[in-house]
Amino acid sequence: MLTASALMAAEGDGFTPPSVGEFFPGELIFVGTPFAMTRINLMGLLMAGVVSLFFVAAFARPKLVPRGVQNLGEMAIDVVQKNVIDEALGEKGRKYAPYLISMFWLLFAFNITGILPTMHLAVSSIIAIPLMFAVIAWFVFNIQGIRANGFLHYLKNNLFPSGIPWPIYFLVTPIEFVSTFILRPLTLTIRLLANMMAGHLLLVLFFSATSALLLADGFLKVFAIPSFLMGFAFTLFEILIAILQAYIFTLLTAVYIESATSEEH
Amino acid sequence: MRLLAAGGDAPEGSAILFPAAYDLIWGGLSFVIVLLLFWKFVLPRMKKVMEERSELIEGGIARAETAQAEAEKAREEYRAALTQAREEAAAIRAQAQSDRASIVEEARTEARNAAASVTAQAEAALAAERAAVSTQLTRQVGEVAITLATKIVGQSLSDDARVRATVDDFLETLEAQARDQARDGASDRGANA
Repeated sequence: MLTASALMAAEGDGFTPPSVGEFFPGELIFVGTPFAMTRINLMGLLMAGVVSLFFVAAFARPKLVPRGVQNLGEMAIDVVQKNVIDEALGEKGRKYAPYLISMFWLLFAFNITGILPTMHLAVSSIIAIPLMFAVIAWFVFNIQGIRANGFLHYLKNNLFPSGIPWPIYFLVTPIEFVSTFILRPLTLTIRLLANMMAGHLLLVLFFSATSALLLADGFLKVFAIPSFLMGFAFTLFEILIAILQAYIFTLLTAVYIESATSEEH
Repeated sequence: MRLLAAGGDAPEGSAILFPAAYDLIWGGLSFVIVLLLFWKFVLPRMKKVMEERSELIEGGIARAETAQAEAEKAREEYRAALTQAREEAAAIRAQAQSDRASIVEEARTEARNAAASVTAQAEAALAAERAAVSTQLTRQVGEVAITLATKIVGQSLSDDARVRATVDDFLETLEAQARDQARDGASDRGANA
């Protein structure tokens, strides 16, 4: 199946609608090897470097009375600690703090590239990133659940919830199995992926339309203005989405860990 | 629209659901870097700073409480000392008032006594002097009279009773003459004697 962009480009039209081709940039380095790097991989490493540098700068010489970047760093940790870890896990959240806080900020950095000039594509809009984080979350909550309750007890907690008559298990157990062990990582992945892809496609749609309308003949030029304004509005909206999706992903991971490690549920 | 043309070969639509190996590798590497950073560097430092900070604050509160308790104690002591000092001052004042009355009374009595004794001494001295003068005068007058009589009568009458009587008569006559003449100082003294 040819993509729409290829078709349109072939026709030589001024307007090229966005397509899934957006998410398959060409390999730039180590072409053809498993270590090939595309533009997106470079962006991902760059953002990991930015996040690392920011927190290293914040805590290079931590002071009792925080100044400047240390204030920001403490706020950045506090916001995840309070709104995600304390909220979902309470006291036992302490040992998951490195995992959850680093995941939140890396996800946010990967999401925000969708609106950063010269990047304009969320690193998390390629499936590898959401899938990787979802798989890690799946392993973390299952392993922690088994360690907290023992393998059999953990399975029983999840698949045979107490307090219902046994024949209902024929109905409940398959549902619980699918929802806990299959749908959780899938929904984590798809929610983030779809949000980032859709956001990117919307931005490309509005800005390429703005460009095409400006180049168009006659009164059509006027419609470049609303198109640009919509693109601008969605750019602001994407900032919110970048924060929100990082938050939802991290919060759900914390909730899954909580329900897996609690005695009954 | 280079962004749009960024897509290389035209991929199948479902391809977006299959991750590329290199995407997983570089994404995983990014996460490992950031995770290790938070785990080994950022969060331990943050924890340390937070602990030091809360220790500082708690220490500060404890110090403030101690200082306040000490200040309270000092104020109580000061208040007690002040009350005591006031009581002492009042007692001293009352004592001084009663002392003053007795001292004044004492001084007055003493002065009165001293004055009385001075007066008595003066009177005694005066009396003694007068007695001495009187005696001396009497003797001298007697001697003069005897001398005179001896010269007049021409014989010694010194140890004869009659003579003494005569002398006394003579003296009385002298005194009477002196009274009659009424001279200034001598007549007064003669009259008093």
